[in-house]
Amino acid sequence: MSSARVVVTGLGATSPVGGTVTDTWSALLAGTSGARVLEEEWATDLPARIAARVAVEPTEVLERVKARRLDRSGQFALVAALEAWADSGLADADADADVDHERLGVAIASGIGGVTTLLSNYDMLRAKGPRLVSPLAIPMLMPNSPAANVGLAIGARAGVHTPVSACASGNEAIAHGLDMIRLGRADVVVVGGTEAAIHPLPMAAFANMGALSRRNDDPTAASRPWDVDRDGFLLGEGAAVLVIESAEHAEARGARVYAELAGAGITADSHDIAQPDPAGLGATRAMRTALVEGGLEPRDVVHINAHATSTPQGDVAECLAITNALSGETDHVVITSTKSMTGHLLGAAGALESMATVLALHHRVVPPTINLDTRDSAVKLDLATEQRTLPAGDVAALNNSFGFGGHNVAIAFRSA
Amino acid sequence: MASTEEIRSGLADIVNEVAGIPADTVQLDKSFTDDLDVDSLSMVEVVVAAEEQFGVTIPDDDVKNLKTVGDAVAYIENAQPA
Repeated sequence: MSSARVVVTGLGATSPVGGTVTDTWSALLAGTSGARVLEEEWATDLPARIAARVAVEPTEVLERVKARRLDRSGQFALVAALEAWADSGLADADADADVDHERLGVAIASGIGGVTTLLSNYDMLRAKGPRLVSPLAIPMLMPNSPAANVGLAIGARAGVHTPVSACASGNEAIAHGLDMIRLGRADVVVVGGTEAAIHPLPMAAFANMGALSRRNDDPTAASRPWDVDRDGFLLGEGAAVLVIESAEHAEARGARVYAELAGAGITADSHDIAQPDPAGLGATRAMRTALVEGGLEPRDVVHINAHATSTPQGDVAECLAITNALSGETDHVVITSTKSMTGHLLGAAGALESMATVLALHHRVVPPTINLDTRDSAVKLDLATEQRTLPAGDVAALNNSFGFGGHNVAIAFRSA
Repeated sequence: MASTEEIRSGLADIVNEVAGIPADTVQLDKSFTDDLDVDSLSMVEVVVAAEEQFGVTIPDDDVKNLKTVGDAVAYIENAQPA
């Protein structure tokens, strides 16, 4: 494998706190929650009736016919990808010569896929029979649909991929894109994740697992990573996309560089299908691998955007893993969980939080973790309860994502 | 029973909804695929929506014979319940 340096040159997002990267980042820095009570009739009987819907409906942004041929997850992905593509400068008409489309790839993940399309078509089948099932249902609901549609939109003719590893999917897509460039299979890869699972079936299922916060009377306080009163995650939706490319390619076209994508670590717990390993061994190995692959030492790390979903077990296990991965050198590391504001975007979480990690390095500022009123006594790390600044100089940051199935993916970024 | 123009107009609205083609361009002499750029999956959607709206059944074997808007309007006109 080549040791090609890979850099981040474009960002896009549609999230519960903003319809663009700029709006999302401002809201995160301001400590704004995207949570609300679901007023839909179907939510009435659910044990958890709160979620973080996107701030801007994709149908307000996308052309109508395009939107109706996409699952909601595909709509989010396209909105975020087009923003990232434009942000990279590669969408400009005179920039087309800057990219060889046969060396342009896509890796956009989803944890659950087109679940609302699947279930709404099933409702139609039951109500009116098979004739009324949409002929577009399959190309809309297949999990690779968002990646494929983004590939069509930008003319990607290298590999177009959809890694699936539950809530680690977004980060796995970023790792996959990094591999594609380092293996010489692509020059530029559009990477990220998308999720649109705010529907009664997944919400009932997550609630029945005991995974969701039931703070129905106070939605903006529901996602409270590391707080003693945390009672589960808040389901979010949206997408985030990064344009990554070899440093050589970025330099040749004079691209603006946000940060270097230094390394990735992918491990599996082999412990339990849903519970994290309480010792966090797999998570520790993922972070260590990402650092080693990026040529980084624990002392280089000044910031971690944690997976920290606001569940009783996971938040504590991750802190143990962080301490172990950095060999106890954690005094200089500012840790935050932006899920306190966005909720948990499942297969898009890693992408959105990697975007936040990149921007934290770029602007040298870390968004706060909100609702952390009384920290769990088991957690000794430096958690950002307000906006924090990062030091100047060459520094690094990590983003963690862990998924049901025991998947751990850590991504390491270095300041540009 | 809907008149020829009512069927054409209703079909034009469906084609606009499904494929985004301006309704006033959906005229009897237009080919769905060659003139209006309605792809095969969209055509299935148009047919099913037309069945719902006009209370007719258009078997798949007959759909392939509906080349133009006029073909579809005539088919629906003949298939309408009296």
